[in-house]
Amino acid sequence: MSVLLDSTTPLAAAAIPFHSARFSQERVLWEEPMPGGVQWSGVLQRGTTLRVTDLEGRANVAVLLFNKEQLTERYNMPDTLKAQHTAFLTRGHACYSDMGRILCSIPEDTCGWHDTVCGVLDTPTMQSRHGVHRYQEHRNAMHRSGLDGFLVELHKWGLSRRDVHPNLNLFSRVCPDESGALRFVREGRAPAQHVDLRLEMNVLVVLSTAPHPLDPSPDYTPGPVRLTAWRSGTAGADDVVRHSCAENARGFINTERSFL
Amino acid sequence: MASLHSSAAPASRVPPIRPSTLDPAHAVRDTTIAAGEPWLARITEGQVLRIVDLEGNQAVDTLFFNAHDAQERYSPTHTILAQRALYLGLGTTLMSSEGRPMLTIVADTCGRHDTLGGACSCESNTVRYALGKRFMHSCRDNFMAAIAADPQGQLTKADIGANINFFMNVPVTPEGGLTFADGISGPGKYVEMQAHMDLTVLISNCPQLNNPCNAYNPTPVRCLVWDAR
Repeated sequence: MSVLLDSTTPLAAAAIPFHSARFSQERVLWEEPMPGGVQWSGVLQRGTTLRVTDLEGRANVAVLLFNKEQLTERYNMPDTLKAQHTAFLTRGHACYSDMGRILCSIPEDTCGWHDTVCGVLDTPTMQSRHGVHRYQEHRNAMHRSGLDGFLVELHKWGLSRRDVHPNLNLFSRVCPDESGALRFVREGRAPAQHVDLRLEMNVLVVLSTAPHPLDPSPDYTPGPVRLTAWRSGTAGADDVVRHSCAENARGFINTERSFL
Repeated sequence: MASLHSSAAPASRVPPIRPSTLDPAHAVRDTTIAAGEPWLARITEGQVLRIVDLEGNQAVDTLFFNAHDAQERYSPTHTILAQRALYLGLGTTLMSSEGRPMLTIVADTCGRHDTLGGACSCESNTVRYALGKRFMHSCRDNFMAAIAADPQGQLTKADIGANINFFMNVPVTPEGGLTFADGISGPGKYVEMQAHMDLTVLISNCPQLNNPCNAYNPTPVRCLVWDAR
């Protein structure tokens, strides 16, 4: 008897759409502006795409992703990078969990580089750069670090500091030289650049719009974004992420098998 | 797999090398980890840990935890941010998830170590090589076996994060490409680090057979510990 190891049976293939959907206004489910320096969390269902738009061309959006059904399954930076032979993310890439599945994929991106290796701004670093801005004196203009923003949201879902692992930083570009030394790059940024995170599983998404930890700006001036959730469906048979490398084709098989 | 970036680096790019003056005869602990096996140990503040790549090109997947608070662990992103650079080597301070120094690399005869490639797992093997590569030994399974067997029982899956790969060469190009390149390690090369706090050390002596991180031939490594000088 043959074993259907690396292939998809007709019955399993029937669960995959023929084509990936393109964005249109009629597909929008909800939309929300998100100022700089704040945090957000929510569950997005498989087949929803979160479009994040950098309104002024200077935002950083730190992202953590968890399988909503099993919160110990989370975005895994090394597995994501080595599967796709890349140190950054853009169109055609997927964000892998530690269980060999794709939490979300990136079928569209007008920015071109999203940082994966620099982590999140913590409060001592923020205060050493920008001083202390408490609520008592500054009200909603208080400063909050990305790490503290993460922790506020994580605790709402029963998670804690042990669940803060290396995150994405949407819109931030950090390039290494040959020795590995890193440089924060502003070139190429522009207002209204956007990236689509298409959820391939039911995912708890945690966001912070605090500044990138290597942003050299002396002022605490994090940029605002717009969140747009739209009904995309999951990756089609013809999808750019599915076909960008053989690894992603297998990652989608792993993911789709858990929803059959 | 040939490296895409193995051409000789300019002289100024050669990673610094510094041998150690410590004598193995004076080590308080001397353990050989067989190929493919895990090792969980505890060392105290001030002690020096040396890992020796006995036969060359072995990947040593390593995690550190605060021995008194398992939620404080080695953090690649804090380490990268502290030195504003991707690779680990002589002088690198390994930082914790709380932003505190855990260890500093005080001697190194290899020159460069990786902290982006993470650990292999049977799940990621199915993605990287073929769905049929699931039933092979992996570092993540080693980590799970080691924390399951630890009588202190402090560690859970949530604590197992992105690790260090001692002796592994994972260059990143300025364009953002990442490759698992031919190793720059060799028989007898070692890395030595001094602890800034009491630590739990969790190692998987990598059993990966599908890529050149171990030259397709996992081999034993030796771990030595000296007391504070």
